[in-house]
Amino acid sequence: MTPLRLRVDRERCIGAGMCALTAPEVFDQDLEDGHVLLLHTEPPRAQTTAARMAAGACPSGAITLHEPDPDAGSS
Amino acid sequence: MGESVHTVTTMPATRQPGCPFDPPAELLDARRHGPISRYTHPGGKPGWLITGYDLVRSVLADPRFSSRKELMNVVDFELPPAPPGEFLLMDDPQHRRYRRPLMGRFTVRRMRMLSERIEQITADCLDAMEETGPPTDLVTAFAKPIPTIVICEILGVPYEDRGSFQEQIDTFMGGETSDEELIAAYTATQEYLAELVAAKRAKPTDDVLSELTDSDLTDEELRGISLVLLAAGFDTTANMLSLGTFALLQHPEQLAALRADPALTDGAVEELLRYLSVAKTFMRTALEDVEVGGQTIKAGTTVVLSYHTANRDPERFADPHVLDLRRQHDGHLAFSHGIHQCLGQQLARVEMRVAFRALVDRFPTLRLAVPAEEVGLRPETADIYGVKSLPVTWDKGRS
Repeated sequence: MTPLRLRVDRERCIGAGMCALTAPEVFDQDLEDGHVLLLHTEPPRAQTTAARMAAGACPSGAITLHEPDPDAGSS
Repeated sequence: MGESVHTVTTMPATRQPGCPFDPPAELLDARRHGPISRYTHPGGKPGWLITGYDLVRSVLADPRFSSRKELMNVVDFELPPAPPGEFLLMDDPQHRRYRRPLMGRFTVRRMRMLSERIEQITADCLDAMEETGPPTDLVTAFAKPIPTIVICEILGVPYEDRGSFQEQIDTFMGGETSDEELIAAYTATQEYLAELVAAKRAKPTDDVLSELTDSDLTDEELRGISLVLLAAGFDTTANMLSLGTFALLQHPEQLAALRADPALTDGAVEELLRYLSVAKTFMRTALEDVEVGGQTIKAGTTVVLSYHTANRDPERFADPHVLDLRRQHDGHLAFSHGIHQCLGQQLARVEMRVAFRALVDRFPTLRLAVPAEEVGLRPETADIYGVKSLPVTWDKGRS
């Protein structure tokens, strides 16, 4: 099964920190300018729920999810 | 009845007696009829009132809705644009010009690094309460000084200057002031901030305002930014701390659970934010015709978004009017949504986690010193809701 893939858009980011608060294993904020930092483009399985929640919580839509293709394989 | 749209003609000025934590009955009634109601602004202009969680959130995320002050179509005269730096009432790219240089200063990580300092400030306040009380007014002894000291230290306001402008900001946030008093308080604050900006330019210190002087921002812009940070930095958190304590004291079983289990603290803060939503309402103006919840909001029409009612939406939250500190949280609107979502929310979270924890640990017998119905409340006209004072007492010796 292809893993969940994440993308972040620094231009859209407003530095609210919801991602780093919700999924600190997956997201951080640049210490200088506060923008989102993606720690894992493909988060480990244990982190996918938190990563999804963080994407949903992002106030500016700066995180996009690329869901695994359901036809690519089955578990 | 199915086709007719519920109408709210005036924004209620008060809450139901005995329900100091709940949105006014008229707003809850509006939500029962549907997530969007017709509404007439106080100046007579037609508008809309949105009380449903999903619709409030979608409008906040929609760039077809503007925050610009001069577009607010609520009174029969034209409002001036927000002064430079006051970026809450601006759209991008102006809003971004001011928010960007601040973003790195309020990150989750930086705010957590302040925990120890906030613990110290809180402990000092609690020590002073023990020395001089009981009884005490929790607003002046605890709820106001903690966020005030913290934001002043972050921004770089000298400690000895705190008192004067705190009074002025109280004046224009209290919701019960004449226009003359408002203008006087605003002018005095502007004069103070002008001196402060000049002082930081002449002799930079280790703080946010000094850092901002090393940019292309003008003095006028720096004054505006400072005003936003100060007003947003303490009036909101101060009211959450005092109203939140009042709410906990009125829900003893919840307070007992919080006291018994430190692991509940973070969730308790989120639940108090949702339940109380002290920043109750904000407005947006449609830049073009937009369909919202089956209604067409015409270009130029201003909508009122009730965050408080949305945070009590039964379609979003089970038993929404119950304060449940164990509730699992995945998104309330207390800090708004969209590009204006609170810049200082991670600071507010750390302040509340530290302060509520320390208060319940230090004073196991804390209780109101007056009957609950005698606690003075801000009117609904105040931008930020809260108590005017909160007289509390406790058993001396046992604390």
